[in-house]
Amino acid sequence: MSSAGVAAGSAKSERRLGRLERSALQGVLVREVINFSSYWRGTTFSSTVEPTIYLLAFGFGFGSLVSEVGGFRYVEFVGTGTVATAVLFASVFPAMFGTVVKYQFQRTYDAILAAPVDTEELVTGEALWIATRAGVYGCSPLLVAMAFGLDPSWGMLAVPFINFTAGFGWASFGISIAAFLNSIDNFGYVTSGVITPLFLVGGTFFPIDGLPEWAQIAAHVNPLYHCVELVRHAVFGWEGLTDLAHLGAIVAFGLAAWRLAIFGMTRKLVD
Amino acid sequence: MSYAPKVPSRAASARPLAIRLRGVVKRYGEITAVDGLDLDVPEGTCVGLLGPNGAGKSTTMRTLTAQAIAEEGELEVLGYRLPGESKQARAECGVVPQLDNLDTTLTVEQNLIVFAHLYRVPRRERKAAIDRAIGIARLGERRTAKVDKISGGMRRRLLIARALVHRPRLLLLDEPTVGLDPQVRQELWALIDGLRSEGVSILMSTHYIEEAERLADTVTIMSHGRAVASGRPTELIGEHVGEGGVVEVYGPPSRLAEAEAEAQRAGFLTRRTGTSVAVLGLEGANGEPPEGQRRPSTLEDVFVLLTGEEVG
Repeated sequence: MSSAGVAAGSAKSERRLGRLERSALQGVLVREVINFSSYWRGTTFSSTVEPTIYLLAFGFGFGSLVSEVGGFRYVEFVGTGTVATAVLFASVFPAMFGTVVKYQFQRTYDAILAAPVDTEELVTGEALWIATRAGVYGCSPLLVAMAFGLDPSWGMLAVPFINFTAGFGWASFGISIAAFLNSIDNFGYVTSGVITPLFLVGGTFFPIDGLPEWAQIAAHVNPLYHCVELVRHAVFGWEGLTDLAHLGAIVAFGLAAWRLAIFGMTRKLVD
Repeated sequence: MSYAPKVPSRAASARPLAIRLRGVVKRYGEITAVDGLDLDVPEGTCVGLLGPNGAGKSTTMRTLTAQAIAEEGELEVLGYRLPGESKQARAECGVVPQLDNLDTTLTVEQNLIVFAHLYRVPRRERKAAIDRAIGIARLGERRTAKVDKISGGMRRRLLIARALVHRPRLLLLDEPTVGLDPQVRQELWALIDGLRSEGVSILMSTHYIEEAERLADTVTIMSHGRAVASGRPTELIGEHVGEGGVVEVYGPPSRLAEAEAEAQRAGFLTRRTGTSVAVLGLEGANGEPPEGQRRPSTLEDVFVLLTGEEVG
């Protein structure tokens, strides 16, 4: 290299570009935020109205048969449980479908990876953005439940953060599915075979202690269950170490899904 | 609107290399897409990577941004070793992909804002950088138009503007005018030529001979993943076809077959061009070439002789 070339090269290497850089994550997030301005209405509608419908249907439909569950009014039980399912749906589906659209149809990821952004940063930025949205959307059932008599509590302030943590895991899980399945047509297997069972045995609509023992054990490896429990305890009263264990389960799920998503997307995006 | 690269170009003789590839191999299963490629792009020059479809041009382009990882060989981009230092190299490169990957629901300006962030243009310089890129691409009047509402030619110009927003030292253009009508193609040539004259190093893959002839200082012809010839277009013509011109023989297929056999017997090189037989190497052979229309030798003759394929 000439002196000009060397000078330019060494000036850069003094701030050698590392992993998970703030500026790369910021670039990915800015793209998402600007894009959000063009589609936020539809996403906000589906992410808040759907859980609200579940809440109203179960809370009042089923609630007319069962007035109390586990010591709570049924509408409060479902209201807190629906928070976690709202987070699930607001993160796993946008992650699955958004990844395929951006990878396959719009080729957005090709454009981003030509810039100084690595797959690790791309996946992390995408998961952080979806988790942020899910953190906010997940609060909507809580607000509806409050309108129907759920008493406010200080612990509720922790709910957006619980949502964010769980949303990060679900978003990473959704990105992983998109990374490992070769076609959008195969998403049905995951939706029906994995997400629906997780949704039903998460303790949202009924307590899991009424289930057969094997299903109870299965529920304990369901991240949704831990999120449901943590949200309920945040609203109705913390349970110390139990809640730390729930939080630990959500964090462990998030970390595992995050690394899996990075591994899968690197395989897909880098030849 | 002027484009000033961060590093000024230098005299041709002392030019460092913006890109240096040695023995690069990239395989996809059984298929070897790039097979021992050597390639130099001196700083401040435009190198055309010319080859038929499937020659390995796009794969080569992807290795330069580490979106494809070479199994063998040495790759240096702007002095950075790839793939380890690819991120640093990418920070100083601009990439114009073959397939449009703009955010179509965003405006022209919003696309540039996104990439100004992705390319880490400092906040205080961002607005000026976007204005400059819009100026280069002459998209000032469509600044607030959504991308899905602008023409194909404008989208191509926006792709180039997007690659220039951070004033890269090196521009990678993958088939920049494929699928565009002649007028739009010429507009883009003017834009690329302007960048070249202002000292940006450019590697441009193309299968359009005229594009390479007009824009490239040197051309590397690729075939089956290898560089089969490299040099200035006039040098390549002199070396492989001869400067004595070409005779094109037209006629019915039987006449073409006859002329071809006759020319080959006399020691001439020939190639079929679809409707004619081109008789090449006029100064090298002993006999008289067949009757036909004389024309100067072109890069296309070199291309077809070396790759064995007609121009796409």
